Order: sequence, then structure tokens, then C-alpha cells
Amino acid sequence: MNEATSHAGSVSVQHAHDVTGMPTKVHAREVTVHYGEKQALFGVSMDIPANSVTAFIGPSGCGKSTFLRCINRMNDTIDICSVGGRITIDEQDIYDPSLDVVQLRARVGMVFQKPNPFPKSIYDNIAYGPRIHGLVRSKSDLDGIVESSLKRAGLWKEVSDRLSEPATGMSGGQQQRLCIARAIAVSPEIILMDEPCSALDPISTAHIEELIDELRENFTIIIVTHNLQQAARVSQMTGFFHLGKLIEYADTGDVFQNPQHSMTEDYITGRFG
Amino acid sequence: MLTSYLPVVLGLLILYSFVMGRRRIRVAADAQAVRPHSQFGYYGLYVALWCGLPALIVVLAWLMFGPVIVDAVVMSSLPDQVTAGLDSAKLGLLEAEIKAIAGGVVFGEPSAAVVAAAERLNSLRGISSTAMFVVVVCVALGAIAYSRRRVAPDFRARNKVERTTFWLMVLCSVIAIVTTVGIVLSLLFESFRFFQLVPFWEFLFGTTWDPQMPIRADQVAAEGAFGALPVLAGTVLISVIAMLVAIPVGLLTAIYLAEYAPGRVRASVKPVVEILAGIPTIVYGFFAVLTVAPWLRQMGAAIGLDVAPNSAMAAGAVMGIMIIPFISSLSDDALHAVPQSLRDGAAALGATRRETIIQVIFPAALPGIVGGILLAVSRAIGETMIVVMAAGLIANATANPFEAVTTVTVQIVTLLIGDTEFDSPKTLAAFALGLMLFVITLGLNLVALTVTKKYRERYE
Ligand SMILES: Nc1ncnc2c1ncn2[C@@H]1O[C@H](COP(=O)(O)OP(=O)(O)OP(=O)(O)O)[C@@H](O)[C@H]1O
Ligand SMILES: [Mg+2]
Repeated sequence: MNEATSHAGSVSVQHAHDVTGMPTKVHAREVTVHYGEKQALFGVSMDIPANSVTAFIGPSGCGKSTFLRCINRMNDTIDICSVGGRITIDEQDIYDPSLDVVQLRARVGMVFQKPNPFPKSIYDNIAYGPRIHGLVRSKSDLDGIVESSLKRAGLWKEVSDRLSEPATGMSGGQQQRLCIARAIAVSPEIILMDEPCSALDPISTAHIEELIDELRENFTIIIVTHNLQQAARVSQMTGFFHLGKLIEYADTGDVFQNPQHSMTEDYITGRFG
Repeated sequence: MLTSYLPVVLGLLILYSFVMGRRRIRVAADAQAVRPHSQFGYYGLYVALWCGLPALIVVLAWLMFGPVIVDAVVMSSLPDQVTAGLDSAKLGLLEAEIKAIAGGVVFGEPSAAVVAAAERLNSLRGISSTAMFVVVVCVALGAIAYSRRRVAPDFRARNKVERTTFWLMVLCSVIAIVTTVGIVLSLLFESFRFFQLVPFWEFLFGTTWDPQMPIRADQVAAEGAFGALPVLAGTVLISVIAMLVAIPVGLLTAIYLAEYAPGRVRASVKPVVEILAGIPTIVYGFFAVLTVAPWLRQMGAAIGLDVAPNSAMAAGAVMGIMIIPFISSLSDDALHAVPQSLRDGAAALGATRRETIIQVIFPAALPGIVGGILLAVSRAIGETMIVVMAAGLIANATANPFEAVTTVTVQIVTLLIGDTEFDSPKTLAAFALGLMLFVITLGLNLVALTVTKKYRERYE
């Protein structure tokens, strides 16, 4: 490990195990990201525990989304983006050239800031992932996956009688839960969420927060949010980013009640950002 | 001639009235030490509009009705013994003769009365144009005098100018609409006359098309030589061939451009493909006749296939090439309009690029693509030059692409070429074919429009 990286990182790694008592799922060391000439991330190292919710907070443009997108290699779709350092999931290097990105993304699902249902029926939206990954043999298997995914996303009651209607006709909150259900349907191990509630009203937000809490049992969840209360409510671990660096990473209670770093304190008390 | 100075005089008057109106309000505002309701320029525009518009209306009305009145006066002043016993056709001939003589073209030896009428025509025309000049200038001056008195600081010149420009725009769009309606009505009217000679159902479902045969109108209905079905079949066959060429090539081009090509390549390839649409169709016609058709014949001969010198295949294939840019360009736009978030969503689920395109992007863009294809089809159906040159003239209801067929557009051309009488069924048949073409392309365009509209409401 490089001496130049923040000590908070290495300290927090210890915390991670202490607080959640969970084994490490995602292990990042010295991750750097460049967009062309411009460096967006500077040596980020963190261990993200399994079956827990980890929140990334920090001012706009500090690199939260960039780091999140490293974990399922969505940055590959941006031509000018280059990623350095090492990220492993369950000890497996995800930037290993022999690794199949398609397989990786089946293991690491993602929910975006703006709901992006496909212009297909509700059913086909959920069925899309299982179909392309060949997860099902029969129509009844598929029906089962669709139903259970919608149920886990808390959407089944609302849509069970209109599965064949276009998903674009649903409300924003419903669409976002549909996107979560769509991610769940391929049974990923990790779900990345980039500001999943920023386009939603308070009630839909509350729905999704509850949902995240339930999903924690089966999935490792990493969520980017600008809503500090939300981070405090739903997460067990919190990482604070600033200008492309991970300033502080510790269990959520510590970050909010007893921040080690003055910048973190300034940010969560609203003095900057 | 005085009238040739009219545009210059009117232009100068308009310019003067603008400057005058602007100066007048400035002086008035200074004198009363108030801010006028509108900016100075609006008062100038107001006076200029008053100067120009009524004068323009008078000019247009004069040009439209002046000659009609002059002709009527000349004809009615002819001595009775000249016009006695002439029917309307003969009268028309007489009028044409008078006009020709007035223009200095003399055939044979016209009677004194006719020569006198021609002279009267010339002098009346001169009087009319001078009168127009005087009236127009008077109208413009009067309008200036009227409007300049209204220029005052509390006068709402801006509102008047805005309203006037609004109505001017309405007028212009009405002109476009009225012209379209007029063309459609004339199509309908002439077709109706045709259907009085040839029964409608016979035209629509008759299987023989041989417009050269009939000599008298009563033979036509008896022989049923105006069955449009084989002609329509030719149009359909050639359009189908064209679409078979254009849809795959155009679509794959569009997908490459929208999804795979780096931005730089797209920026340069797209305009190049669109140049195809700018090549005059007559050039495609050469290409079809001189290159593609002989080549098809050779190929056919080599494998023992009998290919006609004018084949549906040659015309259709070249037409397909011509409409590739319609499909590729519109489909590329449709694919490009699919939000990036859908691509990201599919990629995050582990879809490959091909899966994303086939299952997410393409269906999302489908309405736009269908719209583009339908527009291309109506383009193919209406295309004339290529088929005139490469397809053939004989109506032939066949599905064999290597035979010669004819199309609706080709038949319209041949019906109207050469000596034509305006009330023979042969000429009128052209209108009926034109109407048929119009109805088909209108239908396709309507479908295309509805589909694309639905597609606009799709995301958000
Ligand atoms: N596609 C891209 N191309 C070039 N630069 C980018 C790109 N995406 C992000 N960046 C840059 O990388 C830096 C980090 O961006 P990132 O989106 O990770 O910030 P963020 O913390 O998610 O901000 P926000 O809270 O506003 O979403 C920013 O300076 C941004 O300008
Ligand atoms: Mg972001």
C-alpha cells in the first residue's frame, strides 16, 4: 500500500470488519481514473463489506459516480476513460483481461439516477436480463423470476394485473422500483445505485429506502447519495469523497457523529459543499 | 414603359415612408418630451407597411383582372357580322388570332375588323398599364398621408406591426394550402370526367391496359382498355425490389453509423451517404439503362436466364440505391434519438452491444425507422425518371423481376407526351392515374406521420 494515500482509508478498513462483522466483498486498492488528460480519482482504497449498505457522499464532481462505475466496469463504455489500480470482488480481479465483462455485470447490477425502463412491457423489462443470460428454461420459470423480482422490489401489488402494459407509463417512483427489480432479476451479488432517489418524491423515496434495507439481506449494496439523512438512515458504512480522493471511510455512525477528518465534519454540518 | 419603373418607384416610396415615419416620431417625442409607446423603428415600419401593402394588393388585383377585362372589352367591340354564328371554340380561336396580331405575328390575311381589334387591344393594354402605375402610386401616397397622421407617441405602433406581420404569415401559409387544395381538386375533377367515360371499377380492377387502342370514346368502355391493375402491379413490383435493396443496406448503414462508428467517422460518412439523395434521378436513369441492365442481361445469359433489356430488376435495384439515404439517414436519426440511459441500462444488465441494439435500441427506434421506410416507399412509388428510362412501356402484370413492366408514373408520362386532346379518355386517364398515385402516397405518408408522432411521445 502506498504511503501517500489517506490514512483514513486504511483505518476504516479495520472498522469495516468491526462494525458489520461481514467479510469483504469489494476490495479496492489505489484506484485511479483518468478522463483523457484529466484525473478524476486519486488512489482510492477501500474494503466494502458484504450484505451491507455502503454509502458514498461528497460534493458534486468529487468522483463518487466515477468510482461506482469502476465496480461494474461501466467506465469501459466511455472511450476516453482509463482506470488504474486494482479492484477485486470475492478475491477475483475484475480488471483481469481474461474476465468476461458480461459475466461481471451479471454479478454487479446497477440502478441509475434517472429511471431508465426499456420501452417495452413491464414483464419484458424484468425478463430482459434473465433472457440474455439464459437463466431460465421455461416460461413458467421466467414468470416466477418476474414475480419474485417485482415482489422483492415492492411493486408486485401495484402492477401484477398490468404486466403487459408499457413500463414507460408508470410513475417515476414505480419506474425506479422497476429498475431495481430488473437488476434483482439476474440475481446479482452487488447492486450499485447512483442517486436512485434524486428524481423522486419523498414518499417514493421512503419506499425505496425501505426496499434497500430489505435487500441488504441478500445483496451487497453501494449507494451514492446527496441526501445525508438518507445516507445516515440506510447505510452501515459511509465513504466521504472530495476532489477525487477518499477522505474518510468508516461506519456510518462514526462518520456522522464523530468524523475523524475536519473536511468531513465541515461537509456533514453543511459548512461547505 | 412606365410600369417597368413601378417596382423601383414603389421601393423608394417604401424606403422614404420608413425613414419619414421614424423621423416623425422622434421629432414628436422630443417636442412633447415623452417616451413613445414603441421603439422608433416600429413607427417607420408601420408607415412603410401602409405604403407597401395596399399598393401591392392593387398591383396583384390589376395583373389578375386587368387583362381579362381588356380582352372582354375588345371582343365585345367586334362588329356583329364578324362574331355572328361562332361557337365558343371559334371565338377562342378568333381571340387568339387577335392577340397574335397584336403581338406582331400575322398569319395569312386577317380581315380589317380583326386588325382594328388588335390595334384596339394594344392601345387598351397601354392605357391599362399606365393607369395601373398612376393608381398604385396614388394609393401608396394616400396610404402614407393617412398613416403618417397617426404617428404619435401614444400610438401603439408595435402592436399594429406585430399584428400585420402575423397576418402576412397566415396569408403565406394559406397560399401553400390553397395551392395544394387546388391541385387536388383539379385532379379530382379531371378524374371524375374520366370516370364518366370509363367506369370506376373497370379502371380500378380491369386487367388490360392499352390506352393507344381506342379511337372513339364509346369503344373505350366496350373494350375496357383502361384497367389500371397491371400498371399498378408494375409499380408495386419495382417498389418491392427497391425496398429489398434499400431497407437492408440503409438499416445496416444506419446501425453502423449510430452505434458503432466513432463520432469522426459518422460526421463524415453521413453527409457522403446523403449525397446519394442529391444525385439527379436522370443520372440514376443512365446508370440503370447503360450499366445495370446490360450487366443483368449478361449475367442472365450466363446462367441461362432470359432477362429483358428493360427489366423491373434493373429499375428497381437502381431505385433502391437512390433511396438508401432516406432510410439510412432517418433511421440513424431515430437510433440516435434513443436515450443513452437505455444503452447504459442494458449494458449494466450485462447485455452485449449486439443484444442491446437488437433488443433495446432497435425496438425503441422502430417507429421512427418505420416512418423513414414509409417515406422512402412513397418516394419510390412516385419516382418517374428511372423507370421511364429503365423499366419499359408495356403494361405487364407479372411477378418476374426480369421481365419488362411499366409503372403508373411511366404511363402518365406516355399518356401526356405528343399530341393530346384535353377531353379524350387517354389524356384524362393520366389524371386518374395521378389521383391513384396521390391517394397511395398520401395514405403512406399519413401512416408514416402517425407512427412517428406516436414515437415522439414515447420517452419522458
Ligand atoms: N464522461 C466523462 N468525461 C469526462 N469527464 C468526466 C466524465 N464523467 C465524469 N467526469 C469528470 O470526472 C469528475 C468526477 O465526476 P463524477 O461524475 O464521478 O462526480 P460525482 O461525484 O458523481 O458528482 P455528482 O454528485 O454531481 O454526480 C468530474 O470532474 C467530472 O467532470
Ligand atoms: Mg454522480
